[in-house]
Amino acid sequence: MFKIIWASIVYTFITLILTGIIYPCFVTFCAQMIFPYQANGSFIKNDAGQIVGSELIAQPFQNPIYFQPRPSAAGNGYDPTSSGGSNYAQTSQKLLDRISSDVARLQKENPQAVGSIPVELVTTSGSGLDPDLSPDGAEWQIPRVAAARGVTIERVKQVLDSAIDQPQFGFLGEPRVNVLKLNIALDHRFGVSSK
Amino acid sequence: MTILGWLQIIIFCLAILALTKPMGVYIFNILETPHKPMSVVIEPIKTLTEKLAGVDSKQEQTWVEYALSVMYFSMITCVVTYVILRLQDLLPLNPQKFSGVPSALAFNTSSSFTTNTNWQAYTGESTMSYFSQMAGLAWHNFLSAAVGIAVAIACARGFTRKIPKDAPKTIGNFWADLMNITLYVLIPISIIGALVLVSNGAIQNFSPYPEIRTMENATQTIPLGPVASQESIKQLGTNGGGFFNANAAHPYESPTPFTNFVSMFLIFLIPAGLTYTYGLMAKNSKQGWVLLIAMSILFGMGVVTVYWAESKPNPVLNSLPLNQTAGNLEGKEMRFGVANSALYSVVTTDASCGAVNSMHDSFSPLGGMVPLLNIALGEIIFGGVGSGLYGMLIFVMLSVFIAGLMVGRTPEYLGKKIEVKEMKLVTLYILIFPILILLPSAWSSIATYGQSSLNNGGPHGLSEILYAFTSASGNNGSAFAGLNANTDWYNYSLGACMLFGRFWMMLPVLALAGSMAGKKTVPESLGTFPTDNLTFVFLLVSIILIVGALTFFPALCLGPIVEHFLLLKGKVF
Repeated sequence: MFKIIWASIVYTFITLILTGIIYPCFVTFCAQMIFPYQANGSFIKNDAGQIVGSELIAQPFQNPIYFQPRPSAAGNGYDPTSSGGSNYAQTSQKLLDRISSDVARLQKENPQAVGSIPVELVTTSGSGLDPDLSPDGAEWQIPRVAAARGVTIERVKQVLDSAIDQPQFGFLGEPRVNVLKLNIALDHRFGVSSK
Repeated sequence: MTILGWLQIIIFCLAILALTKPMGVYIFNILETPHKPMSVVIEPIKTLTEKLAGVDSKQEQTWVEYALSVMYFSMITCVVTYVILRLQDLLPLNPQKFSGVPSALAFNTSSSFTTNTNWQAYTGESTMSYFSQMAGLAWHNFLSAAVGIAVAIACARGFTRKIPKDAPKTIGNFWADLMNITLYVLIPISIIGALVLVSNGAIQNFSPYPEIRTMENATQTIPLGPVASQESIKQLGTNGGGFFNANAAHPYESPTPFTNFVSMFLIFLIPAGLTYTYGLMAKNSKQGWVLLIAMSILFGMGVVTVYWAESKPNPVLNSLPLNQTAGNLEGKEMRFGVANSALYSVVTTDASCGAVNSMHDSFSPLGGMVPLLNIALGEIIFGGVGSGLYGMLIFVMLSVFIAGLMVGRTPEYLGKKIEVKEMKLVTLYILIFPILILLPSAWSSIATYGQSSLNNGGPHGLSEILYAFTSASGNNGSAFAGLNANTDWYNYSLGACMLFGRFWMMLPVLALAGSMAGKKTVPESLGTFPTDNLTFVFLLVSIILIVGALTFFPALCLGPIVEHFLLLKGKVF
């Protein structure tokens, strides 16, 4: 019996060192050597060279000159230190109330929008940090962005079209648009100020 | 449902099918033959450890010795993690200065990771230091996976070995199995997996959390950490505990559809491969394919149901001016969409992984019922690494027994007679599970301290509680995460369910292996019921569904099924 306990203790500490310390340190070393940009969080800079966020982490946008990401249930909204979804069931009164008020807000902010609201714009994602929209979700917002910037719908659409990522390798995932990169591209094309 | 969606699901299935045999052969070679790659580097580590531990790995163990080794080892590693979590404020790599984890949560978490459950009652990014994550938790991702595979292989040895009458009835050496699996299988694949994840954007660093200025001049604090290394073993070992609260829905854990695909692939790789390993051990690879086909049928039924259910709009929202053609997107990420979220939810709950890339709590009632049922069937549809194989073998024994009763012959499996003692152990295994789930669920749903944690009302509240105890007892670890499980009641009761669900079920399996190992083999005759053809697959799948349905149907009726009909009426709570 004592023999087994001693063996357990030895194997505990050997595996702790091998898999708990050496393994993650080795992976970190390789990752930092080969993929430093990704391994450190994919932070991107604006035209002025300042870091404005991570391309993988959604951030809030309120100014009408920018496209807005999906609503967020992370903390008080877009809080990366508290990632997560709403966890509301389809039969939840709280879900219905939240979506109803978001619908009212979107209708008020987007009087010129065409067609009914894509459901992604009123549903929170699993992480609360979803950096993407579908092309439809972005296109629905174009009239607002164009009006706020004082440019034509077609010119905004051009920027959007060039920002669409197709499914990886042609079949994995859905077509999508990274909201932060799209907004940086807008500023690059039309400048930062509204009309 | 879209063509692109189906295409992705089919390609995933083909990829798993293609890798089943190579993976199975590799594991067989590592554990049952002296053919090992890279042995120049790895063998010295093993030898040194054996010397220190005073273990002779060539000396095989009986089932009792094997079980004692498993139990003591698991217990000691569990205590070490508990201590690491409690003392994390004194340990290194804690750039955010998190304080020690409270005792109830530390108990729950260390039980959770020791048992391969990886249920998480905490928010990783605001609770756990980098050291706790990698040395306290990811370490267990390796160990609990290796222990599971070791027990499955020991069980398979008991079933398939033909031991002469006077020879000792041994089923292998636990320490040798543990190290072989960790060093030859888990670590190399995890390193490759981690680097693939990083290449697409998963993070891997030890930096403190930076505070950045967003484009609109707001501030945002962004958690970092050694994520990819933990992510890759969490999937490969079917552990499932996320670095972040949002688990694999978090863009730093799974940034692209490709990383999502790799994650799902890693989850099924070992459980699928082990069926082939088993066939090799039984010297009849059909015995392994039979298990794989049965698993695939149950898996396919799950995927179709969830994909269908999640593609439908939420009827409650029909009165609003919304375009719901994209399906139910609450709790889902755009880069995965409905198809990959549905597929992932079935993969992760079939395989006892418990990682999530979308929030199961926000699934439609029927879409959320499938993950629940997958776990409730006993985590045998591929199942956890190792635990899936031995769980499935238990159902194989039951099926053989029932078939034997139907034709009035003594049942036998692989030439060994199944008798009273074996059936008692099988029954024990099958009965422990629903007791662990249903009793505490019932208690929680009437106690005030059980109800006060609920996030949703009506039948969905019951589903949240039922899912929690099913997930804990089945060692899955996914959740209807609206339930606030970080209370004393849930931390302790769920922690206990995890420990019982793991070890009370492992012990009958090892006892069964010991008992089968000692049996003499009888030659196959015309009257032998064959267990390597499609008739047996049909029988096996039916038995699994009947046992599962009889046990859990009443509870499911009160939860997801009644919720589904109320939803169609537009009722909200």
